[in-house]
Amino acid sequence: MADLSTSFLGISSPNPFWLASAPPTDKEYNVQRAFEAGWGGVVWKTLGEDPPIVNVNGPRYGAIHGPDRRLIGLNNIELITDRALDTNLEEIARVKRNWPDRAMIVSLMVPCEEAPWQKILALVEQTGADGVELNFGCPHGMSERGMGSAVGQVPEYIEMVARWCKEHSKLPVIVKLTPNITDIRYPARAAKKGGADAVSLINTVSSIMSIDLDNFAPTPTIDGKGSHGGYCGPAVKPIALNMVAEIARDPETVGIPMSGIGGITTWRDAAEFIALGCGTVQVCTAAMTYGFKVVKEMASGLSDWMDEKGYASIEDFRGRAAPNVTDWQYLNLNYVTKARIDQDKCISCGRCHIACEDTSHQAITNMVDGVRKFEVIDEECVGCNLCVNVCPVEDCITMERIAAYDPRTKKPIPDEYGNWTAHPNNPMAVEKQQFAPEPATMPDAAE
Amino acid sequence: MTNSAPRQPDIRPGRLSEEALGQGFSDLHPALEPHEALVEADRCYFCYDAPCMQACPTAIDIPLFIREIQAHNPKGAAKTILSANILGGMCARVCPTETLCEEVCVRETAEGQPVKIGMLQRFATDVLMEAGTHPFQRAAPTGQRIAVVGAGPAGLSAAHRLAMKGHDVTIFEAREKPGGLNEYGIAAYKATEDFAQREVEFLLKIGGITIETKKALGHDIHLAELRKEYDAVFLGLGLAGVNALGAEGETASGAHDAVAWIADLRQTRDLSELPVGRRVVVIGGGMTAIDAGVQAKALGAEEVTIAYRRGREAMNASAYEQEVAATRGVHLRFNLQPKRILAENGHVMGIELERTVSQDGKLTLTGEIVTIEADQVFKAIGQSFVADGTSEEAASISLEKGRIKVDAARRTSLEGVWAGGDCVVGGEDLTVVAVEDGKIAAEDIHATLMAATKVAAE
Repeated sequence: MADLSTSFLGISSPNPFWLASAPPTDKEYNVQRAFEAGWGGVVWKTLGEDPPIVNVNGPRYGAIHGPDRRLIGLNNIELITDRALDTNLEEIARVKRNWPDRAMIVSLMVPCEEAPWQKILALVEQTGADGVELNFGCPHGMSERGMGSAVGQVPEYIEMVARWCKEHSKLPVIVKLTPNITDIRYPARAAKKGGADAVSLINTVSSIMSIDLDNFAPTPTIDGKGSHGGYCGPAVKPIALNMVAEIARDPETVGIPMSGIGGITTWRDAAEFIALGCGTVQVCTAAMTYGFKVVKEMASGLSDWMDEKGYASIEDFRGRAAPNVTDWQYLNLNYVTKARIDQDKCISCGRCHIACEDTSHQAITNMVDGVRKFEVIDEECVGCNLCVNVCPVEDCITMERIAAYDPRTKKPIPDEYGNWTAHPNNPMAVEKQQFAPEPATMPDAAE
Repeated sequence: MTNSAPRQPDIRPGRLSEEALGQGFSDLHPALEPHEALVEADRCYFCYDAPCMQACPTAIDIPLFIREIQAHNPKGAAKTILSANILGGMCARVCPTETLCEEVCVRETAEGQPVKIGMLQRFATDVLMEAGTHPFQRAAPTGQRIAVVGAGPAGLSAAHRLAMKGHDVTIFEAREKPGGLNEYGIAAYKATEDFAQREVEFLLKIGGITIETKKALGHDIHLAELRKEYDAVFLGLGLAGVNALGAEGETASGAHDAVAWIADLRQTRDLSELPVGRRVVVIGGGMTAIDAGVQAKALGAEEVTIAYRRGREAMNASAYEQEVAATRGVHLRFNLQPKRILAENGHVMGIELERTVSQDGKLTLTGEIVTIEADQVFKAIGQSFVADGTSEEAASISLEKGRIKVDAARRTSLEGVWAGGDCVVGGEDLTVVAVEDGKIAAEDIHATLMAATKVAAE
């Protein structure tokens, strides 16, 4: 059986599944239950200075749903912990004592001044916690007070605070990044420059979930008004994956330890973040939707998959996908695919046809010899994958590579790799060179 | 039969408790709750050129109305349904969806479990009808007057569409109430809570429609007069005749025509007062046979047998209907042809049937006799068109195979006369087909009248 244990910044946990700093980790009772359920670690809900903040007393969460009200996106306007600092510290210390094998990270957010950071770090160290995570991501409420994402959006502040923390504490420092920026590499670089040991990402995305059309107010609505919240859940996973990949392949941050966060719901989501280089993953929405038990599926799924693939440990596959993230210009233009519809699996819903017909390339029939039938017209198919995406039946439509000749372009397909950098249509094409090689800056993270 | 003392037929009312009776005649499929409707609507794939829509005789845009339910707009969904089929509420209850839209649902292909289209249609139309509003508005008055004969599904459908186009419509109905088979023929558990009448009331809210009941063609009204007085005539006459068994003993008391018995049942306010036999045999293989058998059972008959002269595969009643009958305790027997009804003292005592063999579509009698004891025998062996009133003029309406011959636009051979529903040839004797006939005829009547007024104006 695969070994799921991880050592992240020297902090060991029996599995890579941590609960993110959020409501599920706000107090001893919840964290106790989480550890009983099998979570490998927690990032305790963000501590701040006393007196504690207050939360709204109306609804804090909003959601969007897929079919059958499956929750696919959640947002919140909850702030950091609203409990006294001492209470939290006392509970953290007790839980860590009771669960020494689990990772205990404490999330922190105090004003952007050196003294408050110095003070709170000292208090956290006394609890026996394994590390701290700097909350530079919370996009609502706290940011209006110059904290949270207000810090995370200014690389210089990130660097400054990270440096203070490293100076005033021996604990490993993780900087939690906000996605509410234009280029994630800048805050990540700043964290590294400031001496942070790791980054965790992403925090929530600024969002308004919906507009109540009866009273014309954003939801969740507090007495007729609404405020933007932080968006999370399955819907944000692709955003998170991209940001993780950007940091993984940026020459300035390559190799920095990462804890992946963003819509992780099943073992597969977790494996994907790890494949991009994350040493642990953090989960919140899945637990808030289904309860702590989801970790059992995550652990068994990851373990079974690793066994099947022959990976004995997390490190055996960690980072394996990162080298395959590249720039568009290096994609092989001689890789030509056509859609293939498995007629045995096809249920004749016609969605591939109408998607292609109305919005794409008119490359799928709806009628063949007077009979309802969906077939790909290779002469029109650009291999775009839209039909695969809209088909309700898994693996009914697949993309197959073709070689030698493309019936659409009526041109031979070169066997060799060829990208945009040398393409005749590219005014900037590199002369006398078949193509610019893809920069090989990615070390194998698994090494 | 035994040789002991003469038996008395056991036919009596009140065989069941009020509760049991209520159970047997309650909604066959209880309506979907809003939550159930949303869950079910989420299963629809919004197919392109959807097979369900192709299979619907009235071409309801099923994917669209289900999407409207998904989007929390059930009234919009109802409007989509009713714009194609004004009796969408009744069709949601009585359509054999398992052989129409749901049979071809891609979910049936994928999982053997179609989207419950009929139930969703009922959900949407119920929401709209409960709101008490009518979703359509009449066009400006055209001054054209149209006579519709028959207030069944075909006539009502034609009348509504004609009224919507701005014409004034008078419906002549032979019976006491409008609705046709919806009121007098459909099994009670398929249209509970007086749905047929509620639907007629809903439909009439369009305005411009007058119904005159107890006006039978050929008796109280005459085609020649209607043609003279109105700008167009639509005949939705239904099938007034029932086929005779042609077997000995048919006139014995306790031998009923199933259609008439069901009509009686539908008009009986208190079903505990309706007598039913202890042992009932139904002759036939169609929907009427099933409806009679199931309802006899629901009234408290102990043994109900449906005897059909051909094999199961030839039965007109769908597999689903057969299943409903079987699960409700009705015994289906096949390849039994009625030979004679056994009677004593003028009362039905049983039925003698002869076993048949179906070979290459041909039915052969085997000579083997089967006797089933019965207190009541229902004949459900088909209905026929009665041409009364359609042939009293020099130029009478052409018939084909005993029914009115119409073209694609539902025009009869007689100028200015259209027809639809069960009385025309080539239909499937389904409510939904009758609705489509009425709709097509109405569109053609409208086009014809408008073209004529345009010519007159020029």
